[in-house]
Amino acid sequence: MLLTKQEQSMYDGELGEAAQQSMEILAALGAIYGAEKTIPVTSAQIAGVSYKTIGDAGLEYLQDLASKGAKTLVPSFLNPAGMDREQWREMKIPEDFAKKQIAILDAYSSMGIMKTCTCAPYFIGIRPKKGEHVAWSESSAIAFANSVLGARTNREGGPSALAAAICGVTPYYGLHIDENRVAEVVIDVRCELKTMADFGALGSAVGKLAKNRYPAFRGIKRASESMLKVLGASMAATGSVPLFFIEGITPEWSIAEDAQRIEFTEADLSASRKGLDSGLKPDLVTIGCPHASLEEIKEVAELVSKRKPTCEFWVCTSAKLRKEADRLGYGKAIEAAGGFVVADTCMVVCPLEEMGHVVTGTNSGKAAAYLPNLCKQKVAFGDLEDILYR
Amino acid sequence: MPMVTIKARTISRGKASGEALISHAPIGFLGGVDPKTGIIIEKGHPLEGRNIAGRVLVFPNGKGSTVGSYVMLQLAKNNKAPAAIINVSAEPIIAVGAIISKIPMVDKPGKDVFKLLKDGQSVSVDGEKGLIIVL
Repeated sequence: MLLTKQEQSMYDGELGEAAQQSMEILAALGAIYGAEKTIPVTSAQIAGVSYKTIGDAGLEYLQDLASKGAKTLVPSFLNPAGMDREQWREMKIPEDFAKKQIAILDAYSSMGIMKTCTCAPYFIGIRPKKGEHVAWSESSAIAFANSVLGARTNREGGPSALAAAICGVTPYYGLHIDENRVAEVVIDVRCELKTMADFGALGSAVGKLAKNRYPAFRGIKRASESMLKVLGASMAATGSVPLFFIEGITPEWSIAEDAQRIEFTEADLSASRKGLDSGLKPDLVTIGCPHASLEEIKEVAELVSKRKPTCEFWVCTSAKLRKEADRLGYGKAIEAAGGFVVADTCMVVCPLEEMGHVVTGTNSGKAAAYLPNLCKQKVAFGDLEDILYR
Repeated sequence: MPMVTIKARTISRGKASGEALISHAPIGFLGGVDPKTGIIIEKGHPLEGRNIAGRVLVFPNGKGSTVGSYVMLQLAKNNKAPAAIINVSAEPIIAVGAIISKIPMVDKPGKDVFKLLKDGQSVSVDGEKGLIIVL
């Protein structure tokens, strides 16, 4: 990979050890993926934040890098942590876990990274424009940025997104190159998708068959951003889909001539929904995977104001939207119904299994994919009206 | 036997030598290698029970969780990391792990290292020039 003067001086260690190590990472990735050059990025979104996922090894790495004077060159944001920074005691997070989690956040913060702790930065105003190059690493945010916003990002890992943040560039390959943004499988949707759970179930099924190919959907008439969020997140969880198109909805639409064509019928939808649901009554319902939009929080608030849910429930979102929800009275309505608006974290990356939960309810295909393995939970999958009152 | 030099691609800079430890199967570091001892603990792995500390670890590629990169750094801090790594085809987990742990690493060797190298044989990896030297 060809390096610019500035990149070469980083690689040679003239700008400090942290920049050198970061440039070495980018150069190695450039070599592995056959990139000829780098491209400047306008933002980095960094995964690998929860102590539950990165553990002591990750904590040591971040402290190591911070001690070498690492500083970011572009606006950089964090993925969710393993707990709410303010309400971790109420969440019954173990003390030791909290201590380690705070140390991780401090290490990131000292490098100049904003502790936004959200997997849905696009709901708090972080919205790269069409054609803008970024280095994001949360799989669902990658899908949203590429597909819904038309920005360009590869599937970065935590360390490579961090390296991009420190160097301000990323290797130019894959989804940064327009010619590579072509769908290889076309899904003809022959059923009506009404709810978030429908989009989650569609995404869950398509992710499995698309694997790492890019799907293009026909026949989806309308979809809110929250629905697009859950569709992309579910495909990124059951497959590794970083980009999708929807005819008439997404800003890009490009299909390979030899693309495979698949129909998705009412029967497929119903089978996917059933396959995700254990049928059990949940002891906890978690909404907001990825983090809930303000509209989703409003919908929950209105629903639970009419009728109190029969189980404990959380709405997971960013700290910024929790504040907004409080201001608009949704937070109070949710708390009055026995619920909890949780910020900075989510059901997948917090230690649910250590908190006594067995069956967790969700309307997200992504949460349904991860809860069994990462949190040892049985899953109740369905629409809010179903799982909150089962 | 005369010294054999094999051209390879630089992934992580630095030079090191050691005895080769060869795995025909991919290696996943998270849950696959004990960061305190350097012993391979993955059940059923061809190298299960072997210690990678100070060896020139030869394997096709990495696998498993991306947190594996950080486990490699823990190994290095505990002085239990491999001296150098030779991969057939590097992927990001091992590449990133080697760089942050300062383990010299090359991939895409010009010759079949599984045929050329034997377990315990002395081998040197030059990550600066992208060379494998069989001593």
